[in-house]
Amino acid sequence: MAQFNFTLNGKPQRVDVPADMPLLWVLRDTLSMTGTKFGCGMALCGSCTVHVEGEATRSCITTMADVAGKRVTTIEGLSANGLNAIQQAWIDEEVPQCGYCQTGMIMTASALLAAKKNPTDADIDEALGDHICRCGTYPRIRRAVHLAAKAAAAKPARGSAAGGER
Amino acid sequence: MSAILNVTRRDFIKTGSAAGAGLVLGFYVPSRNGTAAATPAAFEPNVFLRIDTTGQVTLIAPRPEMGQGVRTSLPMLVAEELECDWTKIRVEQAIADKKYGDQSVGGSGTVRESWMPLRKAGAAAREMLIAAAAARWAVKPDECRAESSFVHHTASKRKLSFAELAEAAGKLAVPKEPKLKEPSQFRLLGQRVHRVDTPAKVKGAAEFGIDVRVPGMKYAALARCPVFGGTLASFDAAKAKAIPGVRDAVRIGDSVAVIADNTWAAFQGRDALEVQWNEGPNAKLTSAAIHEQFVADAAKGGVVWRNDGDVDAALKAAPKQLNTVYEFPFLSHAPMEPMNCTAHVKADGVEVWVPTQVPQDIQEAVAKAAGVDESKVRVNITYLGGGFGRRLQDDYAIEAALVSKAIGEPVKVMWTREDDTQHDYYRPASYHALSAAIGADGAPAAFRHVVAGPSIIRQLYGGAPDGLDAALVNQTPYCYATPNVKLAYAMSNTAIPVGWWRAVYSTHCAHATECFVDEMAHAASKDPYEFRRNLLAGDGTVASGRAKISVARLRAVLELAATKAGWGTPLPKGQARGIACNPAFSSFAATVAEVSIADGEVRVHRIVCAIDCGMIVNPDTVEAQVEGSVVYALSAALKQTIAIEGGRVMQSNFHDFPMLRIHEMPKVEVHIVKSNEAPSGSGEPGVGPVGPAVVNAIFALTGKRIRRMPIAPEDLA
Repeated sequence: MAQFNFTLNGKPQRVDVPADMPLLWVLRDTLSMTGTKFGCGMALCGSCTVHVEGEATRSCITTMADVAGKRVTTIEGLSANGLNAIQQAWIDEEVPQCGYCQTGMIMTASALLAAKKNPTDADIDEALGDHICRCGTYPRIRRAVHLAAKAAAAKPARGSAAGGER
Repeated sequence: MSAILNVTRRDFIKTGSAAGAGLVLGFYVPSRNGTAAATPAAFEPNVFLRIDTTGQVTLIAPRPEMGQGVRTSLPMLVAEELECDWTKIRVEQAIADKKYGDQSVGGSGTVRESWMPLRKAGAAAREMLIAAAAARWAVKPDECRAESSFVHHTASKRKLSFAELAEAAGKLAVPKEPKLKEPSQFRLLGQRVHRVDTPAKVKGAAEFGIDVRVPGMKYAALARCPVFGGTLASFDAAKAKAIPGVRDAVRIGDSVAVIADNTWAAFQGRDALEVQWNEGPNAKLTSAAIHEQFVADAAKGGVVWRNDGDVDAALKAAPKQLNTVYEFPFLSHAPMEPMNCTAHVKADGVEVWVPTQVPQDIQEAVAKAAGVDESKVRVNITYLGGGFGRRLQDDYAIEAALVSKAIGEPVKVMWTREDDTQHDYYRPASYHALSAAIGADGAPAAFRHVVAGPSIIRQLYGGAPDGLDAALVNQTPYCYATPNVKLAYAMSNTAIPVGWWRAVYSTHCAHATECFVDEMAHAASKDPYEFRRNLLAGDGTVASGRAKISVARLRAVLELAATKAGWGTPLPKGQARGIACNPAFSSFAATVAEVSIADGEVRVHRIVCAIDCGMIVNPDTVEAQVEGSVVYALSAALKQTIAIEGGRVMQSNFHDFPMLRIHEMPKVEVHIVKSNEAPSGSGEPGVGPVGPAVVNAIFALTGKRIRRMPIAPEDLA
């Protein structure tokens, strides 16, 4: 066991866990933040995606030692009220079915949109090609990413607003 | 059939708020088979509709939400007839209780079975609210109407809110036969209504089974014998217990549970266990041996369930005869949320928190495991991170109950992806021997289909005493006009556990049929679409077990898919189309696939689906279900197999049991037939035709007929 300090969703956080404990289980079991999901444990599905220093990162293979001193953002800290442009687009396009993989999808989409304001289909494939949705929501995810990009472009001052057209 | 009771003053109804109870109705949703549970000796209402004195409408939903949208579609049924403001309705998940009737979600049945009872409940409440208003105004009820949570007296332009009327309405008798709206009057049904569960799901706030936390809870991972049917010989937990956070290791039947302070420690401890297994009688079982068994059993002919004319004579007499074999592997469900269950076995009862498709089976199984009466088991139903039929089993809940009982503490049993892949109840593997005779006129003179493979009903429940699995029979219809037809099933069970995998037998039986019919069309030198269409003439029905299939409705989806896909119109060079159709779960589906081959791999460009599932509650949900069916079916056709060596599953995680991903996703179009028929299934019927449409397209493109799934690179070379 060892003590680690890091920044979680903008706030300082200290945990006392084994250095090789994956961030996923620190978040879920130690800190009770369960929006980040376990799907495969091998970075194959993307359900566990969080941001580390703004980069989409698989928390199931990222150890606590890896993120010591770093900024970590989870789905719980992605937006103030759970409704930024991406989350609103996910609602507008009615993306989730079971919804289990979607927080990971949203975290990766969010990192993509931070890097590319107007991603192409190829950009979306590149960013989300390593995620799995067993319910098969891929076409809606694609539409929602485009919608979120459009909404952010239309109303740059209000990050949580999104257009409603389909 | 669906009696509705006014249960406003029953003491077990708790409003949970300061608002007055207002009007509370109990009503009854019949079980799937309309049997025992539909006629209880003493009527117990099973779903509760509550309108409190603030106007809040609450529906207690007995069935779990696994992504199929029932938490939205069921209240839509009530709201439509109630004429309440949609934004004022709320759905609460019920716990498991026999009084609710059948609470299971599977077989694409929830809307089908809830359609009339929930509408009647809404209509009864509406009539009671109108009666209360009419009494207050001293006018006739038929001078009043309900709209958007108000009752209006049209002539005097007076109105009263549901909130104001709820208490008075709660004192009235329930109308026996409330008048239902005509479909032409629907305001809500058939509209694209946003799902009520989506906001929580995009925030990470929706509680799945894996997210449950109980004070003092421990975490457990189990070591299970990798060989099916093996038993535990011995184990040494010294190394496991040396891992920080591991508390103990206990024997649970033929498994070993590692108990820890967190999931990670439990997983590590489980990996560090030293276990000796008695691998048992299946230690040498292989996929190849299972194949040989299927071949031998198919050769015996099986049990015949349909025998029109004289197939054998017709096969001999016809100028052109086709004989071939189609083969399918075992498949895993692989929902994104691995199996898990949290249980607390206490002296005075048991509480479990579980993502399940069968709350009442869980209640029964956990009671048995814990050695208590079912009434002492409280089953809390969480969201399901996918079901697809895997969560129709109770194995993981029994484990949790046994572990909690053994350690005397609340515990969450958590499976890894490897556990999930290697200890599933798999889609049965199967072997299909098909024969057909084509007459001189190009029409089929005979069709014979012998299915060999495991029976889900026999292996899971010991059923099918006559050798015919009723589910297989229902899902293996042959609808094309042919004078001589023989359909048979050669039950061929194995040690590999089998279960209900999305769309079940239609995923291989329909696939084999629809590919073979394509072969017949080509042998007859006919266009595969026109060939099918001509053989689906008229408006008769075809029976296959309980299933009674309208040929006209099947033809209509076939025509719709072909028309929307532009069947017969030119495609870019290097692309071709294939078509297939299938009736399943009382619905009808057809698919046109457009494919090409690049770098030795199949590329699916476009999938056009047509579905007739009767009247539509929420078209967006139906489209989502069919889109999902396409992905499920393409993953199976292009990528997936569960192989057996040494009595165990060789695959373990998403690298060797892969799924379709976003960059492989074709354009999917879903076309819904407008219908006034009763609603039928939408979650599964779309699966069956996708695989054969792709295989038929590959044949159209390359002349290569692929008869073994999944499609392998060598099939295309």
